[in-house]
Amino acid sequence: MSPEEELQSNVSVASSSPTSNCISRGTTVALKEHNYLGLSDCSSSVGSSTLSAGLTEDDKASISLKATELTLGLPGSQARDTDLNLMKNSVKLDEKPFFPLLPSKDEICSSSQKNNASGNKRGFSDTMDQFAEAKSSVYTEKNWMFPEAAATKSVTKKDVPQSIPKGQSSTTNNSSSPPAAKAQIVGWPPVRSYRKNTLATTCKNSDEVDGRPGSGALFVKVSMDGAPYLRKVDLRSYTNYGELSSALEKMFTTFTLGQCGSNGAAGKDMLSETKLKDLLNGKDYVLTYEDKDGDWMLVGDVPWEMFIDVCKKLKIMKGCDAIGLAAAPRAVEKSKMRA
Amino acid sequence: MALRLPSKVLKHILSFIDSNEDRNSVSLVCKSWFETERKTRKRVFVGNCYAVTPAAVARRFPAMRSLTLKGKPHFADYNLVPDGWGGYACPWIESMAAKSPYLEEIRLKRMVVTDDCLERIAASFKNFKVLVLTSCEGFSTDGIAAIASTCRNLRVLELRECIVEDLGGDWLSYFPETSTSLVSLDFSCLDSEVKISDLERLVSRSPNLKSLKLNPAVTLDGLVSILRRAPQLTELGTGSFAAELKPEAFTKLSKAFSNCKQLQSLSGLWDVLPEYLPALYSVCPGLTSLNLSYATVRMPDLVELLRRCSKLQKLWVMDLIEDKGLEAVASYCKELRELRVFPSEPDLDATNIPVTEQGLVYVSKGCRKLESVLYFCVQFTNAALITIARKRPNLKCFRLCVIEPFAPDYKTNEPLDKGFKAIAEGCKDLRRLSVSGLLSDKAFKYIGKHAKKVRMLSIAFAGDSDLMLHHLLSGCESLKKLEIRDCPFGDTALLENAAKLETMRSLWMSSCFVSFGACKLLSQKMPRLNVEVIDEHPPKTRPESSPVERIYIYRTVAGPRMDTPEFVWTLHKNPEIGVSKLAIK
Repeated sequence: MSPEEELQSNVSVASSSPTSNCISRGTTVALKEHNYLGLSDCSSSVGSSTLSAGLTEDDKASISLKATELTLGLPGSQARDTDLNLMKNSVKLDEKPFFPLLPSKDEICSSSQKNNASGNKRGFSDTMDQFAEAKSSVYTEKNWMFPEAAATKSVTKKDVPQSIPKGQSSTTNNSSSPPAAKAQIVGWPPVRSYRKNTLATTCKNSDEVDGRPGSGALFVKVSMDGAPYLRKVDLRSYTNYGELSSALEKMFTTFTLGQCGSNGAAGKDMLSETKLKDLLNGKDYVLTYEDKDGDWMLVGDVPWEMFIDVCKKLKIMKGCDAIGLAAAPRAVEKSKMRA
Repeated sequence: MALRLPSKVLKHILSFIDSNEDRNSVSLVCKSWFETERKTRKRVFVGNCYAVTPAAVARRFPAMRSLTLKGKPHFADYNLVPDGWGGYACPWIESMAAKSPYLEEIRLKRMVVTDDCLERIAASFKNFKVLVLTSCEGFSTDGIAAIASTCRNLRVLELRECIVEDLGGDWLSYFPETSTSLVSLDFSCLDSEVKISDLERLVSRSPNLKSLKLNPAVTLDGLVSILRRAPQLTELGTGSFAAELKPEAFTKLSKAFSNCKQLQSLSGLWDVLPEYLPALYSVCPGLTSLNLSYATVRMPDLVELLRRCSKLQKLWVMDLIEDKGLEAVASYCKELRELRVFPSEPDLDATNIPVTEQGLVYVSKGCRKLESVLYFCVQFTNAALITIARKRPNLKCFRLCVIEPFAPDYKTNEPLDKGFKAIAEGCKDLRRLSVSGLLSDKAFKYIGKHAKKVRMLSIAFAGDSDLMLHHLLSGCESLKKLEIRDCPFGDTALLENAAKLETMRSLWMSSCFVSFGACKLLSQKMPRLNVEVIDEHPPKTRPESSPVERIYIYRTVAGPRMDTPEFVWTLHKNPEIGVSKLAIK
């Protein structure tokens, strides 16, 4: 069973009929008891008094009882492997309900409770990571939409979470291997990508400024004919042309789709995945790069290590536009001359 | 007999009222006041571009000269909103082009702007003066060239942290030789080199130029030459400072800066070598705003610079300043109002963040006028928060980012509840709050109870249960924007406080436990809310009770939007999903 299917079946198991009944019951009871939507005497001016009235203790208790019956267990959030180091101290999880609305929750300081609570919470981001894993393996074409999901799998030390799908990078399950460094969480810490990119470039440019080691990231801009805006990729995160190529392909599928979308057309006009690939292949795009001398060359002819050394910019051009570009021998000669 | 203010008199009175909040209140008094107000409002602010239609805005405000629009939710800055979600500027521009041709100023934030859009602006508004794009994307330097070449009276062109397809530096040469009206130019987010000679000529013929922010491609030599031609600048964003250090270069730079006697704001400083910093010493005493947040400079050099900045009101710096550096700031920069300390290594596993809670405590104690804080560090203590609250009850904006999720008070191992309680209780004018670290429901009970003026609240990895959300929605009276990620609650609190959502601009929740069923129910019962489920998986494939990835709920009078991509599910767009099973019988 593919991870995705596994995930789905787990989800349905966790939310089996008793649970969903529970929810509906719980919510319905809540609705009836509080009339919070003022449904029976519904008027356009929303009855805010009923709606925003504070809960009474009884109500809280009754909700909490119902609530504790909810076991919205996402796969992995209940019994988690303690090797998932999101926190410094690994924690053994107990089976505890997710909505501990019991008033006695005021004593939160007991360490087991707190650890447990945080342990439970740890489930969230890890769950998201699991989703991300499933996504990255199954929804490969769609990765562009949620590229950060794939990026969460990057565990290298100074890898800035970039909007790049990592292709078929290691999809080892979190729980099976002890991670060397902490897993990345999407969008955390909350630093704008603009800032992260700029810092990465700055680090690269001034490696010796503070005696800090360089970030190791090598960002170059990638533009595509007809695309509304460009992207940046970290060349050092790939080890060969194949990885770069598939990553770019995924990244830029959005633009051909996006050309329909960004004009305000609804999703109905979007191309299907197969149609898209045909479009790309049919139009015969080639990948080119601008080297240190400012010349545009075809990508793929020099050894990879040499390539990342000289590449300043990438561009996905239409095949017809790329006719005059340097072919292999010249490119190799140039590098030889330089070396 | 009721007295009625003649509309001429009312108009005259209104001409003194600029604040849109006040004007909104004025327009609620009675019909005639509404009419007079709407006909005289010149600056229109729309906080959510989907809350109202462009046509409605144009119709209501015929005298509109300035339009400010915001598109994507704030968490889009942190990659939490997938590409293609929306926020398109084009429909607005189209509408304004037809109905408000006298529009002079457009300010857009987090929107998708295309070259077509920019060309439309250039072509449609004859007296166009101000274009400010913040965190926007979707356009290239060609669009900028269109603005530069066609807008004869352009005064302000600012691209702030935009993602621009950079086709080269030619756009600068499109400013006609006759254009002399430029007051502010910011192209710091562009990468390509512009021709220095073009820039020199532009600067020379713009006597009103007050603010200039260069991009990193401008060299030190270029900067010197520009400064010579524009000594009247009050705001400067430098280019790259990374040139090889040569004595003549340093002297020239020093001299150029010393001629800029009106400089108040300094930014840029990418790749700055510490040896060049003394060139700035001459302007330090006059600086009120200093952005060193891209300068990888160590604490001793920073302190040397900052101790000369006695008038500094706004400081953005990286954590390289260390606690010691902040202690120095506290003693030298007594006028400080805003402090932002950014992480130099914005990674989750960064182990070596050189600022601690002590740094912020120093500044809170020493800088009496401090009212706005953004602070990144690894961990914090309740004691520090309590001290900060006690010392600085005048705080208006407090954003603390404890990078370690769920990090408790590292001295007592308790949650940071007490600390944030002190902040909420003590800082009565608090308008914006971001919390982090280990927090239980209690913290939010305090916040709900005391933070009566908080308008924007950001929460991540916190709380225990639905009570948290309930406290906030039922307690925070002024709440307008609430954004939450990775917190363990959902349906109950949301549904119970549904009415509150109509009093707010928007609610964002991602990686929480809101079920699709609850979203449907909310959507059905609250027609003036747009409930968007942003999820890669179609809702049909999962049970209604399973949580969705992200929800974005906002009030609107524009009805459901028509430009949603396929990963955004709304009840309107997907009626085939059917009526919620949770409906009341």
